[in-house]
Amino acid sequence: MTHSPFSKPSRRIVLAGLGAGLLATPALALSEAAAKTLVERAVTDINKVIASGKSEGAMIRDFEAIFARYGDVPTIAISALGPPARSASAAQRSAFTQAFTGYMARKYGKRFREFAGGRIEVKDTRQRSRLIEVRTLAYLPGQSPFNVTFLVSDRSGRDKFVNLLIEGVNLFQTEKVEIGAMLERRGGNVDALIQDLRSAG
Amino acid sequence: MYNAATSTLTRVALLGAVLLVSACSTPSQPNGINDPYEQTNRQTHELNRGIDRIVLRPTSNAYGTVVPERARNGISNFANTLNQPADVVNSLLQGRVENAGHSAFRFLVNGIFGLGGFLDPATDMGLEDRDTDFGETLYVWGVPEGVYGELPIVGPVTERHAAGKVVDLFTNPLSTVLEGPGATAQTAANVASGFGTRYTLSDTIDSILYDSADSYAQARLIYLQNRRFKLGVDSTGTDLDPFEDPYDSLPLQ
Repeated sequence: MTHSPFSKPSRRIVLAGLGAGLLATPALALSEAAAKTLVERAVTDINKVIASGKSEGAMIRDFEAIFARYGDVPTIAISALGPPARSASAAQRSAFTQAFTGYMARKYGKRFREFAGGRIEVKDTRQRSRLIEVRTLAYLPGQSPFNVTFLVSDRSGRDKFVNLLIEGVNLFQTEKVEIGAMLERRGGNVDALIQDLRSAG
Repeated sequence: MYNAATSTLTRVALLGAVLLVSACSTPSQPNGINDPYEQTNRQTHELNRGIDRIVLRPTSNAYGTVVPERARNGISNFANTLNQPADVVNSLLQGRVENAGHSAFRFLVNGIFGLGGFLDPATDMGLEDRDTDFGETLYVWGVPEGVYGELPIVGPVTERHAAGKVVDLFTNPLSTVLEGPGATAQTAANVASGFGTRYTLSDTIDSILYDSADSYAQARLIYLQNRRFKLGVDSTGTDLDPFEDPYDSLPLQ
């Protein structure tokens, strides 16, 4: 009887391959390491803009690009708008998302100037149901370090930020309340809200 | 001796009163926003905005412009150093012995090597500020949060935090020792440090108070999120859940 010398190893290889396939399945979901890398890349980009010494307008444009690259902007925008998004037309939703992106870049882009001379250090990561929490410490000159937490999701199909917490202050929730108040001031008129957002922040 | 005994008695009585007040208040909803006096609070908020616009904002801007940054940092370090003994006491009351030792050591290092507290060499040595207050002690003791409120000048508080502030005002161990000019210097440093904070965070505070569509709602939410974060309150599954997934509240498209 001739035994193929490769029969056993090959079976082992097949089994190993199957096992690897099974093990690999969870790895398809967002990993903590990938979330950490995403935060590190974004922090590097943000630091570059801060150090560039560009004019405020140019910096805000750069932040808008970073926000769009790393943030799941359509989800943050539509979720912040809440139930009124349901009755809005596709055109209104898209106009709202666009106005919201500019508003966020202006409002928080100005803030990032305060980070000049500072640095952000990634501390650790943790799974929070379908989100990955990436905890960082921000060091600003002459101030005690403070906690900045990034929440990363892959539900858009790519790894993106969906929220930011600064000492527990929740960017998504505060903007949701703010958008709600802006809409109420306009009697629930989404077009008027979009108009206001274009100049707010 | 007699005086010390009376002041201790006063404190115990005060503490009792505080606990009673907290215990009697509305059963807390530790996880939502519990604001039954919203109408009154909104009026106080308007008052506070007026006070800020007319007094606090201009004064802190003048303070920040006139006093150089290093001097401002020195003054806030000094105020912080004088507050360390109170942190030690509260940490002990919370059973956080390590924090108490940490703050005691910080007090000594900054007091001795930091020019009486004007510099902060302790932070560079890894003895960062571990700020606490009697409101946190009450939380550790299981006192419920109570309702939310906005107080004149003081700003946003919960009942528990407000009770803590009252106790803190009367029980800073250093205030007992300091008399006359010493006590005045401590109060002055605290007030100046407050103006310094208003100046440093000027853009952020202005944005909340003067640029938002509903500054009352913004201040309330930001305060509650930050306070619960500081205390380590678990808000999972509530309106203030920090790990709320925007995908879960995404309106169907």
